[in-house]
Amino acid sequence: MTLFVALAIGVVYGVSILLLLRGSLWQLLVGLGLLSHGAHLLLFAGGGLVASAPPLVAEGATQPAAGSADPLPQALVLTAIVIAFAVLAFALVLGDRAAAKARTDDLDAYSGEPG
Amino acid sequence: MEWMVPFVFGVGALAPALHTRLRVWSGPVLALVPAGIALYAAARQPAISDGAVPEFRASWIPSLGIDWAFRQDGLSNLFVLLVAGIGALIVVYAGAYLREHPRLGRFYAFLFVFMGAMLGLVTADDLFLLFVFWELTTVSSFLLIALDHEKEAARKAALQSLLVTAAGGLAMLAGFILLVDAAGTSAISQIVLQGESLRAHASYPWILALILLGAFTKSAQVPFHFWLPAAMQAPTPASAYLHSSTMVKAGVFLLARLSPALGGSDAWAATLLVVGAATTLLGGLLALSQDDLKRLLAYSTVSVLGLLTLLLGLGTPIAAQAFVVTLLAHAFYKGALFLVAGNVDHGAGSRLLSQLGGLREAMPWTAAAALLAGLSMAGGPPLFGFLAKETAYEAVLEAPVGSWLLAPLVIGTAVTLVFAAIRVGLSPFKGELGEAARDAHDAGPAMRLGPLVLATTGVLAGLLVGPAERLLVAPAASVVLQGEAPTGLALWHGFTPILALSLLTLAAGAFLYRHRERVVAAAAPGMAFERRGPAWLWDRGWELGLAAAARGAHAFQNGSLRRYLVVTLGVGFAVVALSLPLSDLRAAGPTADTPIVGIAASLLVVFAAAVMARARTPFLAVAALGAVGFGVSLLFLMFSAPDLALTQLVVEVLTVVLLALVLPRLPRPAKPKPARAVAIGVAVLGGATMAGASLVAMAGEPFEPISRFFEERSVIEAHGRNIVNVILVDFRALDTLGEITVLAVTALGILTLLRRRRPSDAEVQA
Repeated sequence: MTLFVALAIGVVYGVSILLLLRGSLWQLLVGLGLLSHGAHLLLFAGGGLVASAPPLVAEGATQPAAGSADPLPQALVLTAIVIAFAVLAFALVLGDRAAAKARTDDLDAYSGEPG
Repeated sequence: MEWMVPFVFGVGALAPALHTRLRVWSGPVLALVPAGIALYAAARQPAISDGAVPEFRASWIPSLGIDWAFRQDGLSNLFVLLVAGIGALIVVYAGAYLREHPRLGRFYAFLFVFMGAMLGLVTADDLFLLFVFWELTTVSSFLLIALDHEKEAARKAALQSLLVTAAGGLAMLAGFILLVDAAGTSAISQIVLQGESLRAHASYPWILALILLGAFTKSAQVPFHFWLPAAMQAPTPASAYLHSSTMVKAGVFLLARLSPALGGSDAWAATLLVVGAATTLLGGLLALSQDDLKRLLAYSTVSVLGLLTLLLGLGTPIAAQAFVVTLLAHAFYKGALFLVAGNVDHGAGSRLLSQLGGLREAMPWTAAAALLAGLSMAGGPPLFGFLAKETAYEAVLEAPVGSWLLAPLVIGTAVTLVFAAIRVGLSPFKGELGEAARDAHDAGPAMRLGPLVLATTGVLAGLLVGPAERLLVAPAASVVLQGEAPTGLALWHGFTPILALSLLTLAAGAFLYRHRERVVAAAAPGMAFERRGPAWLWDRGWELGLAAAARGAHAFQNGSLRRYLVVTLGVGFAVVALSLPLSDLRAAGPTADTPIVGIAASLLVVFAAAVMARARTPFLAVAALGAVGFGVSLLFLMFSAPDLALTQLVVEVLTVVLLALVLPRLPRPAKPKPARAVAIGVAVLGGATMAGASLVAMAGEPFEPISRFFEERSVIEAHGRNIVNVILVDFRALDTLGEITVLAVTALGILTLLRRRRPSDAEVQA
């Protein structure tokens, strides 16, 4: 199973880098969205893959059952998902504003000088 | 003495404000400060010449062992007298000379910063403290040279002098660090006692080379001499003060100060003798053909600085005496002559010898000062310059090595200085009144004071040679020697060979002056050579350096986002790839349970991502991105993270909606560009690296996870059964607060960006 997840992580990263480097504004924005999926998966998988044992404590018990999934990576990824959404939303508005000024999808035409 | 530096700095800070109040009186009033310091130093001088050494030591940076330490021995106090005494005259002079200058207040401020730094430099008893003051003199010199900063030549000269001396200063700092490391203390008074062990130390060659580099750049020794004539762009009072009588002496001062510690080795003697001899000869020869009074004085200053270095290289008692006498004499006559040059420039409107002449009746006071100072520069009896020349001759004639070469060289150079002295001190004032100087007039009292006082000091010190030797020369020379200084300085020793040589020098100089036109013409090619010399090399090196820096900066900072991303990602992933512990991969086995849904979700992610890579329209790409998100939340669900799966689904829907709203608004691509090979390369590298990293991460737990803490306390302390939620809202609640803050800031940013659009819409409608 780890091999499949690793494959997914590798492909997601590779494609998102490719999209970032295409020099096209819309592909940059979509690539940014894809990149966050890769990062979340990597973080999640790093805690170990445990099937069907969520980190919950049963009624009456004071600790989760032995062999439950690690709760910490999940908490981290939960935070990451929300922040990645905020960053993407910001990037989208920024890209929209920049394109309104530059009037092109070609990133190489975006100069550093303030318009 | 520890109060001197902060006090002078403080006066400098107030000087511009004082100047706006006092106007014409600012010069005399401000001059009271250095005059007071000079009197204070003079009052201490008798005790110091009897061997007293006032000290002050307070801890400054204890963790580095750097002290705010000052020490006033014979050498220090001599320099304090020079810096403060000449400083007072210069301040009075500048108040009149620059009266019309719009930046006179600023000039005072820079001058006092320099004065304070120079006073600190000569009295500091801590190498690093000395270094701080050393660099401050460099900076204030830069500011003074560039006072007329609207002139390009002034800016260029200021930058050049700053770079040359600061580069030397950095080398010197490295040398200081090595020296302090070798000596075990940064107190100069302790270091000079360890000469023997320091010279035997393994890093002695490095210490010597680096410190000499600093001293040579500061004191304008060959091949770094070129900045000094260029620095003549500074206003004349600054040239007289910094670039002849005080700052350029800082280099030789440091050599004199450290000669008990570093001197006495063959390397020391050889370097100082060769560099000093080359400098004194070159300066004297280049002075021959100068037409501009200030440049002529600058080259002769270079020559004298070379002689001072040479004398320190000899290291004999008589050479130490000659060093102090020459240094003093030069400070008097050269300071006076620079001020004379300023007066001539001011009164006759030109500094060019070819245009000057016959000014003696129009400028009697200046002419008198010029004559006396010129006579001292030429080494005519009974002035102090005569004593300087005689002792220097004695020192080179009795040199332990190479006197057959050094003596003719020093005597020959002295002839060129006699020639220069006659041209500066006499020729502007005698003969026919020059064309440009029909309505020449003498300077006012404030501008007469400086040259006259300095010139008469040269006379008095010559006539009162006994007290001058006992009070000033011997105490300083004994510090250089770390022992008894020689005595017997006198105007008259009987008919000695040295007297004959001295008179011969004067005669030869006068002979050259008779044939001055031919001499100037014959020496002119020297300047052509000089312009192609170290100065030229320096300028080319500077240009090449700037061009290389511009190319380097442009290669990385060319404004292309793609370039930045390629470099950043490529380097970042390469570093990660190189540091992956690939040996751990072998330990990674497949987990026991391989749920079929998990495999399907992974393959869905892979397939959807591949579709995104090939997608040519935003619509398809966004749909595929949604599919990736769905696959990821399926994976979360399969591997025991229901909360994540839920959140991911909700966020994914929002993301897709947002993308679907924004992307159609963007400009359409004209034609899709082919992916570049380097982009594909970085993408493959990044994908492979992160796949490898995830395999390493999944291979096992190299250490006990901290999650046990949360698992054990979730119910007992936080009363929650969903541990992930408990972590987010309880254990790590502050992190969540931070996350919410990020969201709020982002929302504000988005709002601002969207609002900016409204006025332009309104404009369109209007």
